[in-house]
Amino acid sequence: MNSLILKTATPFLVGLTVLFSIYVLLRGHNVPGGGFIGGLIGASAFATYTINEGVAATRRAMVFHPVSIAGVGLFIAGLSGVASLLFGDAFMTGQWWFPSFAPDLKYLSTVVLFDIGVYLVVVGAIVAIIIGLEEST
Amino acid sequence: MEGAFAIVVGALFAVSVYLLLSGSMIRLLLGIFVLGNATHLLIFVAGRLTRDEPPLIPDGLKVAEAAIANPLPQALILTAIVISFSLFSFLLVLAYRAYQSLETVDTDRMRDAEPEAARQVLRGSDV
Amino acid sequence: MFDGSGFEGAGWLVVWPVLIPLLGAALAAAAWGRERTQATISIVVLGAQFISAAVLFDHVWSHGVVAMSMGGWPAPFGIALAADPFGAFLTVVGSLVALAVVAHSLGATDAEHRRAGFFPLILALMAGVAGAFLTSDIFNLYVWFEVTLISSFGLIVLGGRREQIDGAVKYAFLNLIATTLLLIAIGLLYGLTGTLNMADLSGAVAALPQDSTLETVGLLFLVSLGMKAALFPLYFWLPAAYHTPLPTVSAIFAALLTKVGVYALIRVFMVVFPDSAHLAREAMIWVAVATMVLGALGALAESDIRRFVSFTVVSGVGVMVGGLAIGTEAAFLGTIFYIVHSIIVSAALFIAAGMIASAGNATRIEDLAGLYKRAPYLSVAFLIVGLSLAGVPPLAGFWPKVYLVQAGLEAGSTILVVGILLSGFLTLLAVGRAFALIFWRAAPEDAPTPPAPEFGNLVKGSLGALAALTFLIGLYSAPVVKASTRAAADLLAPDAYIEAVLGAPRAVTASDDPVLGKEVTE
Repeated sequence: MNSLILKTATPFLVGLTVLFSIYVLLRGHNVPGGGFIGGLIGASAFATYTINEGVAATRRAMVFHPVSIAGVGLFIAGLSGVASLLFGDAFMTGQWWFPSFAPDLKYLSTVVLFDIGVYLVVVGAIVAIIIGLEEST
Repeated sequence: MEGAFAIVVGALFAVSVYLLLSGSMIRLLLGIFVLGNATHLLIFVAGRLTRDEPPLIPDGLKVAEAAIANPLPQALILTAIVISFSLFSFLLVLAYRAYQSLETVDTDRMRDAEPEAARQVLRGSDV
Repeated sequence: MFDGSGFEGAGWLVVWPVLIPLLGAALAAAAWGRERTQATISIVVLGAQFISAAVLFDHVWSHGVVAMSMGGWPAPFGIALAADPFGAFLTVVGSLVALAVVAHSLGATDAEHRRAGFFPLILALMAGVAGAFLTSDIFNLYVWFEVTLISSFGLIVLGGRREQIDGAVKYAFLNLIATTLLLIAIGLLYGLTGTLNMADLSGAVAALPQDSTLETVGLLFLVSLGMKAALFPLYFWLPAAYHTPLPTVSAIFAALLTKVGVYALIRVFMVVFPDSAHLAREAMIWVAVATMVLGALGALAESDIRRFVSFTVVSGVGVMVGGLAIGTEAAFLGTIFYIVHSIIVSAALFIAAGMIASAGNATRIEDLAGLYKRAPYLSVAFLIVGLSLAGVPPLAGFWPKVYLVQAGLEAGSTILVVGILLSGFLTLLAVGRAFALIFWRAAPEDAPTPPAPEFGNLVKGSLGALAALTFLIGLYSAPVVKASTRAAADLLAPDAYIEAVLGAPRAVTASDDPVLGKEVTE
């Protein structure tokens, strides 16, 4: 695509979208948000980037192969369910840790770990689809 | 309210069946898409349409105080949407690849996997 | 923790056969592009899945149904995994055959096609298959179906030849419609009962008025699951697609995907509709007989070696569903034994068909000749597997048919007995014809003689192992008969399953749900 406005805006847009997607990911456990929707927002950042800079640049920007990122995400999500085995609970039971020095820190849990895994799966899978579609045209 | 939704669901199913009966891959894709949406709406209606409070339980309580809207259909539909979204995107890519390599979108002319010539039965004299 | 004394410790046993291949698929995907690493991961993971399934089966055998609710949510609100002898037995056999097929693929010559995600997709497929065998939530069953479906979509196009794309289009469209129909049936059932837990559904469906709405839902389940299982008249997608992908992919599809459909049919009709959906049950026997006879006729008429195998798979599905239609304990014994036999034999036949195609450099039966001299090992293995498929004693395919014919006679269902005997006879003719033309017939003298095919040890060994397995089960069928008898008895008495899933005593049911309860109890 050849648009001066979009080209100028892309660096800011992509950075802000990725930041926003991480914000949505982390606020997810008590208010609307979470790994899936955050992942979609993150993937849309890479989609914007691909439209402007091309597939090769996106591959470079992602460092790892998108499918590898999705695989790591799935592994993290799966392992977060196993953590409850150590505490004698059923599979996928959420485990929370409220450290005594910072009791307001509510992110240290397997639930957030699961959401991070979902986030990576969604970003990796959707970017893989976008790259596949871009390359086949 | 359910009655009106049931009519909408029925109309969507009729549209999708009509599209699915076509021989063109493009119409088949649209038919699958409409079929998926009709199904999601069907699950939504099956969970009953009520005008209750959002299903949020206040701090310190184990169950909600008043009647709450049924959250399960939405969870089911969200799952189904995610799945049909990924399958549909695969179908789009596949249909495009099929058009590129088979050079047709007419399913009656897609005979590479089942060529007419291979349909003749072996005769005893071949032995 | 794993001594089985505590509920949670034992409950974890049902998680591993699903979780191990899922984590393995994740690791294999993370190792994208590193094929040797992926291959090692796959073998280790499938071996671990087999061991975990065997441990689960052993535990279920001695301690009864194992169930675990995800996240510890009380039944029937949480999603529960549950293993009864039937599901656990199929998981064991499925993972064993998958291990053999993947070992075969390591030695196969189509290595260049494997780069594009073969291993992660196979592992994801196995996670989906095990999930479908072990879930006790009907919506969760749909999700596992979709997991197998999306991995099978990826697998069927690996290689990307023209006919593959063509076959994949038919496979993808029809299977997607089938799962959407399944979702419609589940949605309607949820609307009627307000629950999705299969054990809870059992009681909720029995309490419903036995009217046309329920009959419609039952028929929708038969149509959607029958489409997945490749039942008449909805089986045409299978012979249109199964011969196109890589031989190892066809083998794993034929071994497991239709069986997942048959398994779901049995589970739904035995646990959810044990005394309802009479129309669907009446239709089932005719559908089953038509499937077994038409599948065998198709195999007899087919000239492409891999399409020939596809039709025999269709015929086998008819035999399994025939047992479900009769529904006595003897019939289920035959059906479960037949499913186990068919998982082994379908995989072996597709592997053998792939080897025949590469040894003879052709796929049409009339173009293949004189392979006995050039590949004696392959011809013996093909003969054993083919005769077992046709049900020739003393091979494994013989016994389940004996039980099914006996059950059919006891139940007075002449049509099923005739169907099984006729389809067995036709299959025997088809196998004999294929064997005579491919292996015995002398090659034409003017034909160029390509060098004798060289198969690696893994390629030969995996086929040999599957052929030996079907041979040994035939000679010493007692363990399989014992396991199938137990699984059949538990299927007909689902109370233990229901109790284990819901957790006795039942504290709450979905009909106490403040939203749905008032509607349901009207």
